[in-house]
Amino acid sequence: MSTRDLLRVTLALVLAGCASAGATRGGMEGPNLGREATPAQIAGWDISVGPDGAGLPAGRGTPAAGATVYEQKCQVCHGAKGAGQPNDRLVGGQGTLASKTPVRTIGSYWPYATTVFDYVRRSMPYIQPHSLSNDEVYAVTAYLLHLNGIIGESDEMNAQALPKVKMPNQSNFIVVYPSRGK
Amino acid sequence: MDESKRSFLKRAAGLLAASGLVAGGAKRADAVEPPDVAPSMKAPGAGMSEYGSPAKYEVKVTRTGIRSQPGTTGSGASRAPLESLDGMLTPSGLHFERHHSGVPDIDPATHRLLIHGLVKRPLIFSVNALLRYPMVSRIHFLECSGNSQVLYQPAPPNLTAGQTHGLVSCSEWTGVPLRLLLEEAGVDRGAPWILAEGADAAAMSRSIPMAKAMDDAILALFQNGERLRPENGYPVRLFLPGWEGNMSVKWLRRLKVVSAPIMTKDETSRYTDLQSDGKSLMFTYPMEVKSVITRPSHGMTLAGAGLHQISGIAWSGNGTITKVEVSTDSGRTWVDAPLVAPVLPRALTRFRLPWKWDGAATVLKSRATDDTGAVQPERAKFIAEHGNNAVFHFHGIQAWSVATSGEVKHVYA
Repeated sequence: MSTRDLLRVTLALVLAGCASAGATRGGMEGPNLGREATPAQIAGWDISVGPDGAGLPAGRGTPAAGATVYEQKCQVCHGAKGAGQPNDRLVGGQGTLASKTPVRTIGSYWPYATTVFDYVRRSMPYIQPHSLSNDEVYAVTAYLLHLNGIIGESDEMNAQALPKVKMPNQSNFIVVYPSRGK
Repeated sequence: MDESKRSFLKRAAGLLAASGLVAGGAKRADAVEPPDVAPSMKAPGAGMSEYGSPAKYEVKVTRTGIRSQPGTTGSGASRAPLESLDGMLTPSGLHFERHHSGVPDIDPATHRLLIHGLVKRPLIFSVNALLRYPMVSRIHFLECSGNSQVLYQPAPPNLTAGQTHGLVSCSEWTGVPLRLLLEEAGVDRGAPWILAEGADAAAMSRSIPMAKAMDDAILALFQNGERLRPENGYPVRLFLPGWEGNMSVKWLRRLKVVSAPIMTKDETSRYTDLQSDGKSLMFTYPMEVKSVITRPSHGMTLAGAGLHQISGIAWSGNGTITKVEVSTDSGRTWVDAPLVAPVLPRALTRFRLPWKWDGAATVLKSRATDDTGAVQPERAKFIAEHGNNAVFHFHGIQAWSVATSGEVKHVYA
C-alpha cells in the first residue's frame, strides 16, 4: 500500500468515525424540524399583495362605499377627505416633489395602487388592524385613489381593476439595488 | 505595529510631555479622601439580585429623543444615549427602538414562523425547533435609515449626539443562518426575492434580495448573550448585517419566496429617498460609511484648557472601517485616530484620540473611511448632491463647535 493509499484509507476511517458520532459538515446541517404547512394554513397568513395583483382576494368596493368606511374608521387620524392631521396626509401634493416643500401622499408619491390595499389590510385602522372586510379595504382604497384624482367616482376596485391603476409618480423611482449594494 | 499606531503614540507622548496631565475635578465637600475610610467599607453591602440593573447614580442614562406619531405610543423611535456610552457594544436596554405599531407581547410557545412561496416544501417552525438549529454569533451594528435625519434641515439642531445619531446601536447577535431553513424548505434558487413579515400590529413587511438571505442573513434569537428583548423582536427576528434597520424584520412570522418585490408600503412610500429633482432612490439597502464624535459633543462643557480625550464611533454597512481621521481645527488639518480592537465588518468601531485644547474656539470633526475606499462626505457636499428633501441615509460629517467657555454645540461647518 502506498503512502497515499494509506492516507486515503485513514481519512475515510476518520470521516466514518465522525459520521457515526453524529458530527456534520462544519456543524451547519439543520435537524429538519420544519413541519409541512397546508394550503389552508398558508392562505390564512399570506396577506401580501404584489404590484401585479397576485394575492388580491375576491371582493369589490367603490369610492362612495369607501367614503362611509373612511369617515367611520380613518378620518379621526387622517382628517376629512385625507387632508391629514393629526397623522399623515393622504391626498394632494402632486407637482410638489421637486419643490422646497414636498408633500408626499398616496396621490403624489406612492408608485403602486396595490400597496394601498396591502397596507390598509395589514395594518389599518391603527388601533384595530385586521378588522376591515376585503370589500371595505377595496372601498377605502377606491375612495383614496378617487380623492387623488386617479380613478373616477364610480370606478369599482377589485382584484382585476386595482393592478391596472397607473400611479402618477411611478416612473420617478430609481432602483439602486444591486448597483449600490452588494 | 502599523504606521498609524506608531505615529499616534509619538504624538500622544509629545502631547503629554508638553502639557502635563490636567488635574481632576475640584474636591466635593462630601468626597471621602484619605486618610478617611469610606462608609462602604464599614458595613456589608447589598445582597445578590436576580437580574442586575445599572448603578442608581446612572438613572439619567436612558434612551433619549423618544417620539411617536400623534395619538400613538408605539409608532415611533427612541435613541441610544451615545454621549454617555463607550466601547463598541450597546447595552440591550439602551439599544435604539423603531416600531411601526408598538411592541407586541408574544409568548414564544405560541409563535410560529412560516416559510412558503417558491419552495418545494412550505414549512412551519416553532421557536423551540429553531433553538435546536446550528447557530452563529456575530457582532454587528444596526442602524435605522432615518438616523441623523434632522441634519437634512437647513439649521443645526440643538440636540445631543444620541438625539441626532442614536438610531444606531451595536450588539452580538446569535441565531440560525437563514440559508439553512431556506434549504430545508427546498428554496427555488432562481427566485430572486423573499418577503419578510412581522407578527406586530403593523405586520411590518419588506422584500429581501435572495442573495442577501443566502449570504449573511441570520434568524436572531439572542442579543448580547440573552434572548432578544421584546423591543428587538422577541422571540425571533431577521437580521441583515449592514442594511437599513427596518429590513431586519422583528417578531418574524413569515418568509415568502417570490419572483419580484412585493412593493410594500415601507419599501415604496416610506424608506425611499426623495432627491431635490423630485426623483426618488429605491432599495438603498446598505448603510453608508459614517462616524460621530460622542465625547466631547453637544451639551457638554470642557472643564478648561489642557488634555482631553476625544472618543467616537465609526461604522459602514459595506464593510470594515479602515480609518477615522479627526480634525480639531475646523477641518484644516486631520490626524488618524487609533481604532480600538476588535475592528469588525459592519460593527461599530470605537476610536479614541488625546487632544490638547489650547482654550481657543474651534470645531471638532471626524471622517471615516471603509475598506471599499468610501469616505464619509462633508455635510455641505452631501446636501449638494442629495438636497434637503430626503429623510433617510444621511451620513455626512458631524461638526461640534467648542467655545472659549468650553461649551460644545452642534454646528454646520
